[in-house]
Amino acid sequence: MATLTVEQMRKQDRRTTMREMRRNGWAYVFISPFYILYTVFGIFPLLYGLWLSLHTWDGISPMEWVGTENYTRLLVDDIWWKTIYNTIWLFFSATIPQLTLALILAFIINSPYIRGKDFFRAAYFMPIVASAVAVSLIFISLLGQRYGLLNYALKFFGVEPVDWLGSAAWLKPSIALVTIWQWTGYSMVIFLAGLQSINPELYEAARVDGAWTRHIFRHITLPLLRPVILFQVILSIIGAMQTFDIPVMLAGGTQSSAPGGTDRAGLVSMVLIYWTAFKYTQFGYAAAMAFVLFILIVIFSFLYNSWQGRNPTD
Amino acid sequence: MATTQPLTTTKTLVAKPQARISRRDRLAGPIGMLLLYGFLSGLALLTVFPFYFMLVTSTHRTSDILTIPPPLWFGGALIQNYQELVAALPFWNALWNSLAIAASHTLLVLFFCSLAGYAFAKYRFPGREGLFAFLLATLMVPGVIGLIPSFVIMRWLSWIDTWYPLIVPGIANAFGIFWMRQYIDGAIPNELIDAARIDGAHDFRIYWNIVAPVIAPALAALAILTFMGKWNDFQWPLLILKEEAKYTLPVALSTLRSLRGSEIGVQILGATGAIMPILIVFLLASRQFIAGITAGAVKGG
Repeated sequence: MATLTVEQMRKQDRRTTMREMRRNGWAYVFISPFYILYTVFGIFPLLYGLWLSLHTWDGISPMEWVGTENYTRLLVDDIWWKTIYNTIWLFFSATIPQLTLALILAFIINSPYIRGKDFFRAAYFMPIVASAVAVSLIFISLLGQRYGLLNYALKFFGVEPVDWLGSAAWLKPSIALVTIWQWTGYSMVIFLAGLQSINPELYEAARVDGAWTRHIFRHITLPLLRPVILFQVILSIIGAMQTFDIPVMLAGGTQSSAPGGTDRAGLVSMVLIYWTAFKYTQFGYAAAMAFVLFILIVIFSFLYNSWQGRNPTD
Repeated sequence: MATTQPLTTTKTLVAKPQARISRRDRLAGPIGMLLLYGFLSGLALLTVFPFYFMLVTSTHRTSDILTIPPPLWFGGALIQNYQELVAALPFWNALWNSLAIAASHTLLVLFFCSLAGYAFAKYRFPGREGLFAFLLATLMVPGVIGLIPSFVIMRWLSWIDTWYPLIVPGIANAFGIFWMRQYIDGAIPNELIDAARIDGAHDFRIYWNIVAPVIAPALAALAILTFMGKWNDFQWPLLILKEEAKYTLPVALSTLRSLRGSEIGVQILGATGAIMPILIVFLLASRQFIAGITAGAVKGG
């Protein structure tokens, strides 16, 4: 070995690699569908979307190069920024409460002193198996202003009937409500699985040391669950920034000519992108919106990741 | 673990402190526990109630529903609502479309994802780590960027208003491959595969005859998850399907939202039709559902 030159060693390495590749040839065949499909339906659309965003195009006539014009137009487009505001508003009022509630529920249910775990877990999880469109139809009825059950129930507490879906002030809270209803159980189940993977001896030890429940939660549960929470929050950022089904159904439906309801209070970015491209046939402009939303998602995920990565929960 | 050892010993040796501790052990005192159960049950009730409301409302006419208080017990208008539902939209046709699309997509997912998962779990090929890291990274790419160009691609392929765009993309998806790799890695001993190879079995034959039968539980969980996602999928089919006869259930249902003056009971009955098939399977197999959802998420962290 010592007598081989660097060049010879490299050659030998390459030969070993080639031999290994040939020997495992079938492995490449087995994994190839993913890479082929991802190139066609993943990478290519990404690049093509970027290309589209530099053009104006109605989807039929030839594309027209406009450079960054779509982006400069987007910068001063009040409706676009309103959708970003609405989307972020929904993230903080739906996703954050949903994750927090899910974490608390998971912690309670994980306690060995709570009975009926399977029942609670299944009950909380039920909404996620339902189609968001069907769920929206149910809630449109529940949230009716004059005859809705929620307003009827609120009357017992002396609350005046609320125009949940018709007023600009309550549309977003309504969307948040349905989102929380549908997604809390999902997050809870994931947190619960994370909790169950924590070694019970750690709790045991802490308890013997005389630690109280809230200390255990703060100093054992949260730090050990951090990777799971981090991953869930990032997936939630990605999901919430692209929310579509519930907002579109609660705020006017898919055939609405003015999506987003009163004052566009329920208009989220994904719905505006959908309408701009496929109803107003401004493909280039919508592609620019999609790219900006994509960048915002990456920035938010990155910010959260670096914030949480640097600042451990003590 | 080293620190826990002496503590556990103390616990077993000294009886008295343990009694004191066991009281602390509980989440709360008796009243606290009552409150906790009240909280858990109250939330469970709130979670389940809309489903009950759905079943009740689908048996009433709008004139009954729009009363104060709204009906909370079953009425007698189910048949009439049903007749109006199937008159307003091709309900059974949409149900069949959803079923056919979700089932064929799921079968393809099971095959391609387990095949790739097997390769990643049991082969040591050059570039394996890099290719797998790339695969995991794609999980984090938001779909929004691909929506418009994907639609254009489907038009190039003349796939608009067909089922192909709903079935084909995603049949070899990163989540499924990751999920199958995790399972195959732990479930199948290398010796089994080596023995088959010595016997002269071909690579695909090993997958088909030895790997595939053993990974049935993982396949079941992935199948449930994939089927559910496809069944409830809304945005993409809404964009792709034009002809009413090809609509999936969520797309067909969304048109009910816009019909003016349509019966509320009819709309809700439609929702019932979309929710109940999955909900029944869930109630029968909630463990597999939950296992499927949690596996990737927790290990992925």
